[in-house]
Amino acid sequence: MKRFSLFVLAVMLLSMILAACQPAAPDTLKIGLNAELTGGIPVVGESCKNAAELAAKEVNDAGGLEVGGKKYMIELLIEDNEDKAESAAAATQKLITAGVLAMIGPNASRNAIPSSVVAESSKMVMISPWSTNPKTTIIAETGLPKQYVFRAAFIDDFQGRVAARFAIDQLKTTKPAVLYDVASEYNKGIAEFYKKTMEESGIEVVAFETYTTGDKDFSAQLTNIKQAGADSLFLPNYYSEVPLQVQQARKVGFTGDIVGSDSWGNLELITLCGADCEGLFFTTHYAADIATPKAQAFIKAYEAAYGKTPDDVAALTYDSFGLLFQAIQAAGKIDRQAVRDAVAAITAYEGVTGTMQFRGSGDPIKSAVILQIKGGKFVYFATASP
Amino acid sequence: MEFYVQQILNALQVGSVYALIALGYTMVYGILTMINFAHGDIFMVSTYLAFFTSTLILGLASGLNPIVVFIATLLTAMFGTALLAVVIERLAYKPLRTAPRISAVITALGVGLFLENFMVAFKPVGPAPRFLPHLIPAVNFNIGGVTVSTIQIVIIVVSALVMLLLDTIVRRTMVGTAMRAISWDKFTAPLMGVPVDRVISMTFALGASIAAVGGTLYGMAYTIDPYMGIRIGWWAFISAVVGGIGNIRGAMIGGFILGFVEIFTPVFLPSTYRDFVAFSLLLVLLIFRPTGILGRPMVQKV
Repeated sequence: MKRFSLFVLAVMLLSMILAACQPAAPDTLKIGLNAELTGGIPVVGESCKNAAELAAKEVNDAGGLEVGGKKYMIELLIEDNEDKAESAAAATQKLITAGVLAMIGPNASRNAIPSSVVAESSKMVMISPWSTNPKTTIIAETGLPKQYVFRAAFIDDFQGRVAARFAIDQLKTTKPAVLYDVASEYNKGIAEFYKKTMEESGIEVVAFETYTTGDKDFSAQLTNIKQAGADSLFLPNYYSEVPLQVQQARKVGFTGDIVGSDSWGNLELITLCGADCEGLFFTTHYAADIATPKAQAFIKAYEAAYGKTPDDVAALTYDSFGLLFQAIQAAGKIDRQAVRDAVAAITAYEGVTGTMQFRGSGDPIKSAVILQIKGGKFVYFATASP
Repeated sequence: MEFYVQQILNALQVGSVYALIALGYTMVYGILTMINFAHGDIFMVSTYLAFFTSTLILGLASGLNPIVVFIATLLTAMFGTALLAVVIERLAYKPLRTAPRISAVITALGVGLFLENFMVAFKPVGPAPRFLPHLIPAVNFNIGGVTVSTIQIVIIVVSALVMLLLDTIVRRTMVGTAMRAISWDKFTAPLMGVPVDRVISMTFALGASIAAVGGTLYGMAYTIDPYMGIRIGWWAFISAVVGGIGNIRGAMIGGFILGFVEIFTPVFLPSTYRDFVAFSLLLVLLIFRPTGILGRPMVQKV
């Protein structure tokens, strides 16, 4: 018995000595990704995951991220939020418990808003790539900006205004109509800003129709819109629903212009919609065909890795990581509070989706572009500056 | 005037699909006094069967007559879905036939969740929404200001034919008589030589194949995804209850009532009120006519 315990002790000692002699393994730095991998908008989650893995791989291939004189390898912890508010908040909690330094995502505002509450109360940096609803970065009770929540996208009062101005100036609309998902934060927010801009320009919105997430039949609302004599229709809805809405609008005999928002910016829309969406316009974050050298490098790397052109979600996710990596390096240490202060200290960031300027809140000020669907592709049409 | 005619057409299209699915709920309830909550998801599977069949047929031979492709797709979806429903009944519900009803209902919910998540995880399906290939060329006609599409006509006419056929089967054939006998008295019917197990399987197969007709028609007009069965399943279930669960003609009437609620609520009220109106209708009806419009009051037998 005694001899056995001696043996155990010897083995333990030996292993400790061996471990001490080994070259130090590179430290890893955990970053969370909270994405819509399943649920209503799976392509958004896929683009987000692809861009995140690309961003992490680029850093790791270069030997890791240098923070305070030490190299760290990036380890991505990917959680699926199922495109549900409650799962998104739970995924955020899970990532916080898993000890991530910061979290990128979720993308849709309906998931980003509940997640932002969790991130804020746990004092961890969250950067949403694609959420454009103002509520994501604002504390609901006080109306003050959240301290730990940032985003890479412009916000919807700007986007709603851009879309409305476009409909007034370019499409010469005099009787606009809107159909939006009232159960989803993003759709509801932008629809209201669009209506507000129209009214400020002295144009009355003749039909302001709603539906609920998951609906597939919009014929009643679209018949109402046609009956109201609308000459343009704004559909600030997700790519998976827009094709049905466009087709059903044509089916009930609506012939006016149809305008969309950044939730359209996914090639899956064209696959589903086919010829029905040809020629339509929408506002979004970036145009692949007028890319800056930095954006071109990203597009090339993304195409090489995944065989398709990156959409706006991919570009914004990549920018979110760029922003975060810059902040971690500036912070100089692996500490959630230091990283938060470093993100907040960034005033301008040159990203794939253009220059982002931060003025004391988590919302960047940046330009929007208007794209047209032409020959099965998104083609650049115009830029709108803030 | 054209406006209301247009909305009535829209309501008939939506109501037809609800009625077809409501039939499956009502038939199973009629024979087993059990609510098959997996039925909405069985409907979802049927749309995918239609999707894969039609894609395969059009991929192998593109020059076929669209009517042939449509009928082949419809029959394959019906057969496949019927088979699925029979297997589910054998594996999940039959062992629980003598257990309390609540066990079977919970099992049904579980089967539904299994089907949804299986389809999400199953690579060829996945979570992305899809359109069925165009089985029938979509042409819009304008008749006096009312727009009617070929798809709308096919949905309404085929649904009506299927409902007529089912009504005949239940009222005129031996199988139908056996079904009605079991729903009247499931203890005496076997004593009279009615093969209960076979008739129950038949009922599941019939209900599922009618849902598959609904699924194929639905897939021609809307996108399909693995979670589509949840909402449609609920609305069809309400249809069955409103019409009188257990009563086949009641389910048809209930389906059209719910179709009209869905379409006409946004005409008079903000569209947000739609689910509120539907569920309020259900509540009010359950207070004043707990057995639904055509349901008979049930006498508890000792």
